[in-house]
Amino acid sequence: MSNLSQRPINPAVGEAIPHEAASLHVTGRALYTDDLVHRTRDVLHAWPVQSPHAHARVTGMRLDDALATPGVVRVLTADDVPGINDAGVKHDEPLFPTEAMYVGHAICWVLAETLEAARAGAAAVEVDYAPLPALVTVREAIAADSFQGAQPTLERGDVDAGFATASKLFSGEFEFKGQEHFYLETHCALALVDENQQVFVQSSTQHPSETQEIVAHVLGLASHEVTVQCLRMGGGFGGKEMQPHGLAAVAALGATLTGRPVRLRLNRTLDMTMTGKRHGFHADWRVAFDDDNQLVALDTTITADGGWSLDLSEPVLARALCHIENAYYIPHVRVNGRIAKSNKTSQTAFRGFGGPQGMAVIEDILGRCAPLLGVDAAELRRSNLYEKGQETPYGQPVEQADRLHRAWRQVTESADLERRRAEIAEFNRTHADRKRAVAITPVKFGISFNLTAFNQGGALVLIYKDGSVLINHGGTEMGQGLHTKMLQVAATALGVPLSTVRLAPTRTDKVPNTSATAASSGADLNGGAVKNACEQLRERLVTVASQHFGVHPSDVRIEAGRVSAIGSKAEPLAWADLVQRAYFQRVQLSAAGYYRTEGLHWDSAAMRGCPFKYFAHGVAATEVEVDGFTGAYRTRRVDIVHDVGDSLSPLVDIGQIEGGFVQGAGWLTLEELVWDESDRPTRGRLQTQAASTYKLPSFSEMPPDFRVALLEQAEEEGAVYGSKAVGEPPLMLAFSVREALRQAAAAFGAPGVSVPLALPATPEAVYWAIEAARAGAFGDDLLVGETTLPPQPPSDAPHLRPESERLAADAGV
Amino acid sequence: MPVNLNGVTAPLDSADPHTNALDWLRSRGLTGAKEGCAEGECGACSVLVRRPSGDRSTWTAINACLIPALSLDGQDVVTSEGLGTPDDLHPVQQEMAVRGGSQCGYCTPGFVCSMAAEYYREDRHADPAPATGDDGEHGPNGFDLHALSGNLCRCTGYRPIRDAAYALDSPAADDEFAARLAEPAPPAVATRVTAAGAEFVRPESLAEAVRLLADTPEAQLVAGATDWGVGVNLMRARAPRIIAIDRLPELRMLHVDDDAVMIGAALTLSEIEAQLDGRIPLLAKLFPQFASRLIRNGATLGGNLGTGSPIGDSPPVLLALESEVVLTGPGGQRTVPLADYFTGYRQSVRAADEIITALRVPLPLAAHTAFHKIAKRRFDDISSVAVAFAIDLQDGVVSRAAIGLGGVAATPLRARRTEEILVGAPWTSETIEIAARSLTAEGTPMADHRASSDYRRAMLGTSLPKFFAQFEQEAEPA
Repeated sequence: MSNLSQRPINPAVGEAIPHEAASLHVTGRALYTDDLVHRTRDVLHAWPVQSPHAHARVTGMRLDDALATPGVVRVLTADDVPGINDAGVKHDEPLFPTEAMYVGHAICWVLAETLEAARAGAAAVEVDYAPLPALVTVREAIAADSFQGAQPTLERGDVDAGFATASKLFSGEFEFKGQEHFYLETHCALALVDENQQVFVQSSTQHPSETQEIVAHVLGLASHEVTVQCLRMGGGFGGKEMQPHGLAAVAALGATLTGRPVRLRLNRTLDMTMTGKRHGFHADWRVAFDDDNQLVALDTTITADGGWSLDLSEPVLARALCHIENAYYIPHVRVNGRIAKSNKTSQTAFRGFGGPQGMAVIEDILGRCAPLLGVDAAELRRSNLYEKGQETPYGQPVEQADRLHRAWRQVTESADLERRRAEIAEFNRTHADRKRAVAITPVKFGISFNLTAFNQGGALVLIYKDGSVLINHGGTEMGQGLHTKMLQVAATALGVPLSTVRLAPTRTDKVPNTSATAASSGADLNGGAVKNACEQLRERLVTVASQHFGVHPSDVRIEAGRVSAIGSKAEPLAWADLVQRAYFQRVQLSAAGYYRTEGLHWDSAAMRGCPFKYFAHGVAATEVEVDGFTGAYRTRRVDIVHDVGDSLSPLVDIGQIEGGFVQGAGWLTLEELVWDESDRPTRGRLQTQAASTYKLPSFSEMPPDFRVALLEQAEEEGAVYGSKAVGEPPLMLAFSVREALRQAAAAFGAPGVSVPLALPATPEAVYWAIEAARAGAFGDDLLVGETTLPPQPPSDAPHLRPESERLAADAGV
Repeated sequence: MPVNLNGVTAPLDSADPHTNALDWLRSRGLTGAKEGCAEGECGACSVLVRRPSGDRSTWTAINACLIPALSLDGQDVVTSEGLGTPDDLHPVQQEMAVRGGSQCGYCTPGFVCSMAAEYYREDRHADPAPATGDDGEHGPNGFDLHALSGNLCRCTGYRPIRDAAYALDSPAADDEFAARLAEPAPPAVATRVTAAGAEFVRPESLAEAVRLLADTPEAQLVAGATDWGVGVNLMRARAPRIIAIDRLPELRMLHVDDDAVMIGAALTLSEIEAQLDGRIPLLAKLFPQFASRLIRNGATLGGNLGTGSPIGDSPPVLLALESEVVLTGPGGQRTVPLADYFTGYRQSVRAADEIITALRVPLPLAAHTAFHKIAKRRFDDISSVAVAFAIDLQDGVVSRAAIGLGGVAATPLRARRTEEILVGAPWTSETIEIAARSLTAEGTPMADHRASSDYRRAMLGTSLPKFFAQFEQEAEPA
C-alpha cells in the first residue's frame, strides 16, 4: 500500500455524506455568479450582436443608432482591445472577428444600464456582411478537405496482415451527433476593476487559471493584475473548461473601459447558439474477426467535427483515438484521426472528452456485427474483454483487466440476467407489438490528462489560532462534489472532525497555475495537493505535540481533533490547544501543497506511452421495451457495477455514476442537435437552440429500477486514499441503453438481422431500425465479407504535439 | 397592492408590464429561483403561489419566468428561501439534502418548490401497496412524480430526487404552510399599472376586458402567460397593453348539464383535470401528456386555442370531442365549431376584439377514445404528431368516428376522409387497414427538427392499428 493511498483508522474519507453545500442548495442560499449582480452596484449589462450568417466577411459596422439607444453606454469592438484580440490559446479565435464563422458568432458587444437596453442596443447595431460559402456538415467538410490541427495516427501490429489472415470481415460508415452541455446555469461573468486597476472577474469557469490568462492577454496585462474567482458552477460538464474565457474577457474589457462592473450572462438561446458542444464524429471503419469471433484487426479513420476553431479538438481527438477499443483487446489497430473545420460553434470538452466518441465506434461495430457473426452480442463483448498482461494499442498495460471481468460477472449475477433473458424471450414471443431486450456493455476509461504537464495540482491550507482550518485548492465545484471530497481529505489528513474544516471559493490568487477541473482528475490532483499540505502541517504539529507529551513523533496520534500519545499518561490535548501551542512556538500554520501524478509518459506525436495513471472500469446492463407502432421506448431497469477505487465519498460517487449514466443515455438516445443543412438563408442555424426543442432526459427517462453498486476490493494504489476518478467514466455505461434498443428493434425481425441504429436513438430512429429489422435488410452502409480501406492521411499530415509538450521537451523534461 | 412574499410585504413598484416574476424576485435579492431556460421548460424558476380551491386554497407551483410580476398583485408567494433555512430545513429540503438530491444545486430550489406543492396536495394519500401494474410514477406516500415533470436536472439522473419525494411524510400538525390552506386564497385584485411605455391591467369583469380589448386590438390577453412569457423573454415580444383575464369569474366556471360540458377558458388545465375528475376520459388521457404540471398550473384551454398553434396538444383532443368555442366580443357571444375555428398557421376565425370565454364539449361522449402523442420525450415535450380518436360501435360496426390531428398541417384538423371510411364499416382489422392507409394520406406533414415528414406520415399510419390493438387487448377478458 502506498503512502498516497493508505487510510488512517476512522477516516473522514469513505463516509457517505451529503454535498457540502446541500443545505444552501435546497434553501436557495447557494450563490452562483449571476446571483452576485444583485449585490453589486452600478452594474452594466452586456449583449452580443450575433451573425445571422454561417460564414461571411464583416465589411462594415455602424454603431450610431445603438449608441443613441437610451441606456446604452458603449459598444465594444476590436478597436477597444489593448492586448491580443483572441479568446483562446491557439490564436485562432478572434474575440471580435472580422469574419463571421458561424450563425450566432458574436461580432461586437453592447454595454447598457439594463439588460433590456443592451438588447435593444444590439438590435440597433448595423453590420454589413459579405456572405461566403459555408460548410455545415462533417461530410461537407470532408469532401472539401477542410481540416484543422493535427491528423494523428495510432497504430499497433500489422493491420494489413490482420485483414489478410482473418476469416470474417466487415466494413462500414458511421456518423453520429454531438451533445449540448445544457448545464442549468448558463455562462456568466461579472468583472470589476478596483482602485489599483486590479481586475477581478467572477466567472462560471472550470479553468480559472486559463480564464485569468486569457483576460490578461486580451487586456494586455500581466497575470498578477487579474484575479479570477469561481464560487461554484450550476453544472459544467466540460462546457466551461475553455468557453468561459472570451466571455470573461469581454466583461473585463468593458469594466476596464467604463470603470463600472460589467455582467455578461448568456441566456439559453445565446448559450446554445454561441458556445461549443460535444463533437459529432464521422467514422469509416473496417474490422476483422477470427473463427472464434475474436477481434483481429480494426482499421478506421475518424473525423471529429470541430466547428469553426480548434479549441480543445486536438486533445478530444487524442482521447477518442485512445479509447477506440474501449475494453476490448484488438491485436492489430490503425486509427487515423482528423478534425473537420466547419461553420458551426467551436466544439469543445464534454464529459468523456472524445472517449465516448471513440467507444461509440467500436460499440456500434460490435452491435452491428454480432448478429452477422451469429453470436450473442453480450458474449461477443465478454469474450473480447482485455485479459491481464495485454496492452492498449498505445502501449499501456491494462493492469486491472480482472476488474472488467469481475464487474461483468457481478452484474450478470446481481441483475439475474439469465432468468431475465428467458423472461424477455417469452415476452417477445407473446407480444407482437412490443419487444424487450437487455444489453450489457463495459467501460474502461483512462484517468489523467493525456497531456502530461496538466497532471499537477496545488492547494493552500491555513490553520487559524483557534484551530479552525481553511482550505484552498485549484479545483472548481460544479456539482461533482469535489469540495465535499476535499473537506473529507483534509479532515482525514489532519485528524480533525469535518466541522473543523471549511473551504474557500476557488481563486487564482490563492493557488496559481492550476489545471482545468476536468478529465475526472479534480479529486486526484487537488486531493493529492490538499493531502500534501495537510501532511506538512500535521508533521509540524506532531513535533509540537511530541515535545508536549515527551514522546517520539511517531507515537503521536491525532484523531477526531483529539491529540494523544502512545505510552503517555498525560491528558490528551484538544486540537485547538495544540494549534495554539504551535502558534506561540512560532510554528508556521499554513502550507502550500502540491501534487504531480507520477509515472506518466506520453509521446503525442507517436501516440505511444503511458498517458494514464490508471483505468476506471464499469459494466452496465440495461433492459428496455420498445413500441413497434411508434419506436417509443422505456428503460425498464439498469444494473451497474462501477470501479471508483476505494470511494472517498460514496453518496457523491453514486450520484456521479447515476447522473453520468443518464447524461450518457441522453446523448445516445434523446438529445438531438439539428443544424439547418438546407440552402435557405438560415443555413447553418442551430434549429434545436432551446429547452423546448432540445430535449434533455427528464423524469420520464430515469430508469424506474436503477441499481448501482461500487466494485468491491477496488483500492487504487496510485491515487489519494485509494480512490479513483468518477466524473466521466459512468457516462459511457449508457451504451448499454442504445445497444438494448438495437436488440429490441431487431426482435421485430427474423433472427440474425443486423440493425442499423442512428445516434441519438430517438423514437423516430428506433422506428426506422424496427422497419429495417422487419425488412430484414441490414442497411447499405455495411459491407460483409469484404472491406474498403478507410481514407489514409497524407504523408505530410501534421503531428499532434501541443505547444506545452514541445516546451517541456525543450526544457529537457 | 403589494405581494405577500415569504410572509413579508413586498411592493411591485420595480416591475413594469414586461417584467417577469422571476426577474422581480431576483431584483429583490431572492436569487434562489433561477433562470435556466426562460421558457417554462426547466422549472429552475419554480415558486409557490396560493391559489383558490373551493373555499380553501392550494400551494400551486408555477414558472416564475413566464408570468408578469404584476400579475402577482396582492397574492401570496413562497420561494425556496421562504420554505426553510439551512438551520431549519423544510421537510422537502431535508429529504433533498440528505439523499443527494442536489449536485450543482442550480435546479434545486425549483425542484424544492415543485415538490413542496405536491407535498401539500390535499388529496395526496399514502398508498403503501400500489395497485399492480403500477407505472412507477407514484410513491407509496401518494406522491405523483408528474408533479416534477416540469423540472430538469442535468446532474443527478433523478433517482435521488424521486427517492426524496417518495420518502416524504404528511405535513406535521403544526405545519404553518399546511395551516394556511384552510384559508381562502387571496382574491384577484383589479390592477392597472403603466410603466416603461406599456400598461398592465387586470379588469374586474368580462365586460371590462372586452371593452379594453376593443380599445386596443393589439393588446395581449394573458392568462397563464405560458406562451406569451416565452415570447417576451426570448423574442422580446412587447405589447402596449397586457390584459390579465386569468381570474375573471366568467371564464372560470365548469358546468355539466345534459347535453354539454362547459369549460371556462381561463381555468388552468390542472383545475379542469381536478374538477372533471375523469368525467371526460379523453381529456383525462390528454392532461398527463400536456407539457408539465408547472405549465398545466398556468396554461388554459383558451390560451392553447388562442395561440392557434398547429402543434398544441389540446386541439386534436377537442376536435375528436367535436367541441365548440365560445367567443365573446363587443357584439355579444357566438359559438363556433372547433373544426371551423382554425383558418391558417396560427390564425383563426376569432376577431381581434373577441375573447375565447369557454369550450363546449357536447354530450354524450363517444365510448372509445385514445390520445396518441408522438414526441421525443415522454414527459413535457411538444408533439411531432398528435392523434385523438373518439369512436362509438354498435353491434361491431362503427357508428360514430371523430379523429383529431395535430402536427401534420398548418392547423389542427379533423381526419374527415378516414372518419367517413370508418363510419358504417365493421370494426375489424380489414377496416383498420383500409382506414389506416387513408389516415396516412391526411394532412401534409413536413420535416423539421422534431421529426421527418416520413416519420410523421408513418405515425399517422400506425396510430389507428395501435388504437385497434389496444382496444382488442382491453376487450380481452381478464
